[in-house]
Amino acid sequence: MSPENTRDLPESETSGGLKTDLTLGLPGDSQVQKSGIKRGFSDAVHSNDAKAESQPPSKAQVVGWPPVRTYRKNLMKNGKYVKVAVDGAPYLRKVNLEIYSSYQDLSTAMGDMFTCLIICNVLNERKLVDSANGEEYVPTYEDKDGDWMLVGDVPWKMFVESCKRLRLMKSSEAIGLGSAAPSTPSKGSSTSC
Amino acid sequence: MAQSFPEDVLEHVFSFLNYDKDRNAVSLVCKSWYEIERLCRRRIFIGNCYAVSPEIVIRRFPDVRAVELKGKPHFADFNLVPEGWGGYVYPWIVSLARAYPWLEEIKLKRMVVTDESLELISKSFKNFKVLVLLSCEGFTTDGLASIAANCRNLRELDLGESEVEDLSGHWLSHFPDNCTSLVSLNISCLGSEVSFCALERLVARCPNLKTLRLNRAVPLEKLPNLLCRAPQLVELGTGVYSAEIQSDIFSNLAEAFLGCKQLKGLSGFWDVVPAYLPAMYSVCSRITSLNLSYATAQNPELVHFVSQCSNLQRLWVLDYIEDAGLEALAASCKDLHELRVFPSDPFDAEANVSLTEQGLVAVSEGCPKLQSVLYFCRQMSNAALVAIARSRPNMIRFRLCIIEPRAPDYLTLEPLDTGFGAIVENCKELRRLSMSGLLTDRVFEYIGTHAKKLEMLSIAFAGDSDLGLHHVLSGCESLRKLEIRDCPFGDKALLANATKLETMRSLWMSSCSVSFGACKLLGQKMPRLNVEVINERGPPDSGPESCPVEKLYVYRTIAGPRVDMPGFVWTMDEQVSSSLSRVTERRGD
Repeated sequence: MSPENTRDLPESETSGGLKTDLTLGLPGDSQVQKSGIKRGFSDAVHSNDAKAESQPPSKAQVVGWPPVRTYRKNLMKNGKYVKVAVDGAPYLRKVNLEIYSSYQDLSTAMGDMFTCLIICNVLNERKLVDSANGEEYVPTYEDKDGDWMLVGDVPWKMFVESCKRLRLMKSSEAIGLGSAAPSTPSKGSSTSC
Repeated sequence: MAQSFPEDVLEHVFSFLNYDKDRNAVSLVCKSWYEIERLCRRRIFIGNCYAVSPEIVIRRFPDVRAVELKGKPHFADFNLVPEGWGGYVYPWIVSLARAYPWLEEIKLKRMVVTDESLELISKSFKNFKVLVLLSCEGFTTDGLASIAANCRNLRELDLGESEVEDLSGHWLSHFPDNCTSLVSLNISCLGSEVSFCALERLVARCPNLKTLRLNRAVPLEKLPNLLCRAPQLVELGTGVYSAEIQSDIFSNLAEAFLGCKQLKGLSGFWDVVPAYLPAMYSVCSRITSLNLSYATAQNPELVHFVSQCSNLQRLWVLDYIEDAGLEALAASCKDLHELRVFPSDPFDAEANVSLTEQGLVAVSEGCPKLQSVLYFCRQMSNAALVAIARSRPNMIRFRLCIIEPRAPDYLTLEPLDTGFGAIVENCKELRRLSMSGLLTDRVFEYIGTHAKKLEMLSIAFAGDSDLGLHHVLSGCESLRKLEIRDCPFGDKALLANATKLETMRSLWMSSCSVSFGACKLLGQKMPRLNVEVINERGPPDSGPESCPVEKLYVYRTIAGPRVDMPGFVWTMDEQVSSSLSRVTERRGD
């Protein structure tokens, strides 16, 4: 798969059927219908991408609406917030990259944020793994040039500066992603948690 | 009528009256009571600085020790009041300085305060003790330096959420070494770093310091230094709550918090790193007030921390708490009085968090003392509002903001009239209400019929016709403040209820359908109202009389039209004729 395709639907969609049982909620949450509007994962991916492509950078905003005080708006703007998507979860999270000082801190935070994922040692590397099915997730990011790269190859500060958004991708799809050093996702190898 | 008690006995009795309402009532009994009361009133509250002049105040009350003033209308918080509108405190300070050399307290909200004003305060009042500046602007850290340097007995310096031009953090060093009187210090709004050594020494030498709210620039690693010098703190606002994850930083922090046995309130938490939240677990069970509204922590750390605070009475939090977190809150914090949920991403049309009406319903059902709510969300239903109303007839303040204007009940696609109607019908003590979503004139009929104790009402993108406004103005007996934006309310309701406006503090209407002609008429008919038209695009008389004004601010006053209006504000009074009379622009400073 070319880097371009990594933004497309996960393999379950293209193979014509949903392999995983997708519900409205993060993997591991109880199956609860959160609202009257059901959003399948593919819809979420599509709408997000469509949004990014077709909509102007900021929706035309009504002055003073919603009624959030300027003081609060200004304070929230600080920091570098990027969206984090996890394959299989319809809701995005946002992280402020500026509060972390290393990749380790960030991956700890990812583990905390997506409780289904735990950090395991895989061949002496810390990896994020789905606690339900053992599937490995690879953190990837979109850089300033629009390319999807593997997280961890450039110095931390450079990463913070160039990262536009994050995606925790199933490692089976991360083949062929741009990275500074070649890395082979390890599947089925011994893991110790 | 012969006086039954000597003056000093009456004065002694009156000294037990602290509420303005009581003192006002007492002063209406007879002339001699009016005279005795006015000589012994020490605290003055002026809800609209343009409703009265300093001279009138001073003439009536010759010996005042505390003054509280409010300036701009509430919608100024959301950028609806243009820059330069007014609210200058300087003329007040000049008059107060002359008349009340023993003044001890000045509290200001939404006013323009200059360094000149601060310097004048610091030099005019020898026993000055309390300065509170909430949502003010116009001053720099130089002004703060004057206060620090000259106010020998300063007890309280609270900068609220003011906009301060931060020239340097050096101002704090102006507190003299013999200043030991501080009880409360809130510098959370300041951007730049204050000298930490100076702060540390100041905290160490003020044994009565109960409230300390730091600014973001104070690093987390240094917080223990302050906490161990002030273990008596009752309210703490942290600085930035993030640091590299190191065990010695954590243990220092945990140990310092362990020493703070009086801590009841927490705030701050900018850039929070969740790993550091457990450092506060030792204080959680005593916490009654928690402001996490700048904390970008998410679940599960967020809800885990909040649930530890079993005695929580007030919680301000971002919508990262989500429905699940609010359900946990409802189960663990049975003493909750007040909940405010702010939006983490107000300008994103898509929800970025799983927070819906369900969270609010859960808290309303689970927390029997809940009486004050501010809630931002992206969907609402009549059913949910009815459930909330039925669970919480003790609700006093209910402010709901559905982010998309005119959003209907998401289940039935109907207006939310029934839901808000249930709120006003069941919550008979409701004093403040802010509404949003799709609303027709019917909701205003419910409000006019039932909301008899309502004092403040905020309306946006609602209603169909003048009838809506008429219901409110004719039905809400206790109404003091009404603020309206983007509603199709016009001349008829306004003019039909002109006398009602004299019983209220103020009315704000922007992007409505009130014509220039109606404003003129109102101004001419009601001499005790200031009817101010705000038109940034040009004079209101440059178009036909039927043309709607951009913004209208009407307030009762005994001081006549104000003299400090900028070029885009016009007062409609008796002198208004075809050639618009405009008072010379003179800024108050």
